Amino acid sequence: MCLAIPGQIVEFSTEQAGLAKVDVAGVKRNVNVSLLQDEGVACGDWVLIHVGFAMSKIEESQAKDQLRMLSALGEDEMAMDEIRGYSFAERE
Amino acid sequence: MKYVDEFRDPQLIANVSREIARLAGAGRHYRIMEVCGGHTHAIYRHGLKNLLPPNVELIHGPGCPVCVLPMGRVDDGLSIAQQRDVIMTAFGDMMRVPGTRGTPLEHKARGVDIRMVYSPLDALRIAQSTPEKHVVFFAIGFETTAPSTALTLARARALGIKNFSVFCNHVTIVPAIRAILDSPDMRLDAFVGPGHVSTVTGCRPYEFIARDYGKPVVISGFEPLDILESILMILRQLRSGEARVENQYRRIVPWEGNLPALQAIGEAFELRPYFEWRGLGFISQSALKVSSAFAAWDAEVQFEVPGIRVTDPKAAQCGEVLKGVLKPPQCKLFGKECNPEHPVGALMVSSEGACAAYYRYVHLSESVPA
Ligand code: SF4
Repeated sequence: MCLAIPGQIVEFSTEQAGLAKVDVAGVKRNVNVSLLQDEGVACGDWVLIHVGFAMSKIEESQAKDQLRMLSALGEDEMAMDEIRGYSFAERE
Repeated sequence: MKYVDEFRDPQLIANVSREIARLAGAGRHYRIMEVCGGHTHAIYRHGLKNLLPPNVELIHGPGCPVCVLPMGRVDDGLSIAQQRDVIMTAFGDMMRVPGTRGTPLEHKARGVDIRMVYSPLDALRIAQSTPEKHVVFFAIGFETTAPSTALTLARARALGIKNFSVFCNHVTIVPAIRAILDSPDMRLDAFVGPGHVSTVTGCRPYEFIARDYGKPVVISGFEPLDILESILMILRQLRSGEARVENQYRRIVPWEGNLPALQAIGEAFELRPYFEWRGLGFISQSALKVSSAFAAWDAEVQFEVPGIRVTDPKAAQCGEVLKGVLKPPQCKLFGKECNPEHPVGALMVSSEGACAAYYRYVHLSESVPA
C-alpha cells in the first residue's frame, strides 16, 4: 500500500474507459485514471499512483524526485512489487 | 532539475533548520503533531529530529490506517474469511496485523483462503474469475484510499458482479484530529497536515482547527525540505499569534481537493454514527460504511459479523503512543516482545507506524549531525 508511486501514461485503453497503461521505471501496468477526469490526462503525462488509481498529476521532475524519495525510504522495491502486482486489466 | 536538488540540498536544509532554531528561540516549548504516518516515516528516516532545536518537538499522530484499526475489527474480518466459499483479500500491510488468534498471514497458513492484493480492483478481478466463491475485500485506509474502494464498488455494480463485497474499515482524518483536540491531555500547538489525504479532501476540512481551536495547520509534502519548511511556516504563524491553514504541498494538493474522488466516496459510502479507533476509543462520525444503495456489496450485510471487541494486551501501550503521550521506546514491550518480526501492536507492523519507523531508523537518525 505504497503512498504514491510515480508513473507516466503511455497509452489509453480502447476497451475500458478510465483505464490507462502507465510506465513505472520500465514496468508497464494498467491503472484507473478516472479520478483525474476533471483535469484531463494525456499520453506523456506523469501521475502519482495509489492502490491502482492515479491520484494526481505531477511534473516530470517531481516524478523523478518521488522515485528517489521511495528509494531513500527503502520502498522502491515495494513500490515496484505493487505495480507488478496490479493485474486487474490483464487478460486471463 | 529543480526539485531533485532543492529538496536534498544540505545547504538549504541547514539554512531552514537554522531559521527554525532562530524563530523557535528559547523559553518556549513547541509541540507539533504530524498527523500522517507517511510523515512519521519520513521524519525518522531522514533523521529530521536532529535538525530541530530541542524545544521543537514532533508528536506522531494517528495517520496510519493499519495502526488505528482495533484488534476486534481484524478478528471480525477473519471470522468472515473463515466462512464457507469465501476468499478474503487484503493489502499487504493488513496481512501481518495480529488478531486475537493470529494474523491474516497465519490464518492463511492454516488453510483459510486469504490473498494479498495491491488494488481493490484486483479483488474484483478475482471475483470475476472465481464465480463459485464469494470474494471479500478487507478495505482500510483514509481518504487517500477510500475513492479507490468506492470506484471498485461502482464497477462491481455496473458489471453486475454479485460474488464480491467490501468489509469497510475506511476512516476519515478530521474527526480523529478533533478527538485529539478535545482530549483532556491535549497539549499540541500546531499540526503538520497530511499530504496525500489532502489531495482528495483539499485544505478546507482543516479550517476548523485554526478557527475553533486557534492552532495552525500546514499541509506538507514528504521530502526533508518540505517537512522542515512546513515547520518553519508553523513557527512563523505561532510567533505572530496567527492560526491559519496553509498549503506547503501546493505542487500536489489542490485547495479544493479532488471532486470526482469526493463524489465517488459520497455515492458509495455513508458515515457511521461511531467507530472504534485503537487508542482513541469510539469517535463519532469518524468512519465510513458501504451505503445502503450498495448493500448487495456490503460484507457486513452479506455476512454475520460478530462485532468482536478486544482490549489490547495489557503491557502494550499502543494507545498512548498513538495519542502522542508516550514515545515508542517508552513502551514496555518495545524492541523486546514487540519487534517488526513479531509485532504485538499494529504500530510495529506498518512502515508508517511510529514504532516500526522508530525501530528501523532511530540508529540512522542518531548518526545524522545536528
Ligand atoms: S512497541 Fe509494540 S506494543 Fe508497544 S506501543 Fe509499539 S506497537 Fe504497541
